[in-house]
Amino acid sequence: MSRVVQRVAEAFDVHAVRDDFPILRRQIRGKPLVYLDNAATTQKPQQVIDRIVRYYTQENSNVHRGVHYLSEVATLAYENVRTTVKRFINARDVKEIVFTRGTTEAINLFAQTYGRANVKEGDEILVTAIEHHSNIVPWQLLCEEKSAKLVVAPVNDAGEVILDEFAKLLNERTRIVGFGHASNALGTINPIKEMIALAHDAGAVVIVDGAQGVPHTVIDVQDLDADFYAFSGHKVYGPTGIGVLYGKEALLDAMPPWQGGGDMILSVSFEKTTYNALPYKFEAGTPNIEGVVGLGAALDYVASIGIEHIAAHEQELLAYATHRLLEIEGLRIIGTAAHKASVISFTLAGVHPHDIGTILDQEGIAIRTGHHCAQPIMMRFNIPATGRASFGMYNTLEEADVLVDGLRKVIEVFR
Amino acid sequence: MDELRELYQQVILDHNKNPRNYHEMGNATSKVDGYNPLCGDHYTVFLNVDGDVIKDVSFTGNGCAISKASASVMSATVKGKTRDEAEQLFGTFHRLVTGEGSGLSTADLGRLAAFSGVSEFPARVKCATLAWHTLRSALAGEQKEVISTE
Repeated sequence: MSRVVQRVAEAFDVHAVRDDFPILRRQIRGKPLVYLDNAATTQKPQQVIDRIVRYYTQENSNVHRGVHYLSEVATLAYENVRTTVKRFINARDVKEIVFTRGTTEAINLFAQTYGRANVKEGDEILVTAIEHHSNIVPWQLLCEEKSAKLVVAPVNDAGEVILDEFAKLLNERTRIVGFGHASNALGTINPIKEMIALAHDAGAVVIVDGAQGVPHTVIDVQDLDADFYAFSGHKVYGPTGIGVLYGKEALLDAMPPWQGGGDMILSVSFEKTTYNALPYKFEAGTPNIEGVVGLGAALDYVASIGIEHIAAHEQELLAYATHRLLEIEGLRIIGTAAHKASVISFTLAGVHPHDIGTILDQEGIAIRTGHHCAQPIMMRFNIPATGRASFGMYNTLEEADVLVDGLRKVIEVFR
Repeated sequence: MDELRELYQQVILDHNKNPRNYHEMGNATSKVDGYNPLCGDHYTVFLNVDGDVIKDVSFTGNGCAISKASASVMSATVKGKTRDEAEQLFGTFHRLVTGEGSGLSTADLGRLAAFSGVSEFPARVKCATLAWHTLRSALAGEQKEVISTE
């Protein structure tokens, strides 16, 4: 361990962090909860829960509408979070932060506005083989409508995008390139800065699915030169139903609006409607205000712990859990990329993942089983499903041990 | 461990490891695919129905132990039965796995009794019933259709 990593690890107190998450104190089927399903959703710290309660007990009102006191308070709280998000991902301007329901809605918004306006017959959209369904299906819908072609960059046996192949698939017909920052199914962290540069060289616009990136690593959209970057609040210790689409101002500005309604207009008459400025042009209707203030509290919380501390802790968990799991005979880890987020997908010889999930659940251990909304990558590895343990900032090395003991019980049942 | 042993009874583990009637059928009169997208279970049920009688049943595919054992037991149970008898067996099985089987006798249940533990695991009811729903769809004449329990 380098001196820097050691110092970071010392500054991070996982037990203090755990104390902030009330759900971690509860028992499941008489056993302490071992929550290893963080790639599906993370638990929420008291700070986020309290913030939402405070919003409803002290501040609730509609935003951008009233002249009364509470509307001003709610609007200020809502807009302050835009600044928090801007700072968190180092965007240039708050106008570049559009609130959405989540990553899925952010990608669909982009596909239905930028995509419909710019993709023509014969054009190509490039994704990779490890995408989540939310970064596949919106493009299939668009390609069908426009008679465009969805092109898929392959991955190697470790689950890493083959960069040479990716580069070869880029050409003058490529309009949009979409890829995940990190794979929810395998954990692979993509070299996104390099991939963005390659896509730009080909003249394409890039959207990064950052759902699994934001919780695990420092994001600097300007340094990455990402055109668009989408993420969800609930994967980064915030509430469900809230997410962000970051987009470069010039690109967002040129995009047609998506949903029509209140808040996204400047003036409406039956002859002509004038759309509101960024980012409101893309936020029709009363937004998820509690979600936004909760997201702000979550990002503040993560910043107070330090994303670099969280990353170092998670990497330690990943290394330890990987090592311990490989002690189990018949266990195979799917996704062995050199750079991984704290996600371990695995199969156990002779036992279907769904059965593993049920048996671990009896031990209070929550993992995800199935195809993880990424069926194409399951097919790539010729497996119908995997078990997936995904670690968050509050998980401990001891919990990795509990997982290993639980898997030994699975083997015992199926012996 | 008790609830788990109740769920993963020896009969289930045995049928999972050595599924009966686990093959394609050349002379099938109907063939239906069943999916449970939640867990990726996928089975194909083949039937040879002569008039009112299910002369032969087989299946292929993969999924969890509960779904595979259920498909295997289902195939062995309904082979040679009439459509009505198969429908009654489904009703019995459904009551059993959804926790409404208290009035069922051992005679009613036969080898279906192995699935009594499923009712304690509501998340697994869909696994247990996938092959049965697929069978019903095939009997209804929905040839080469796709059904889903999700």
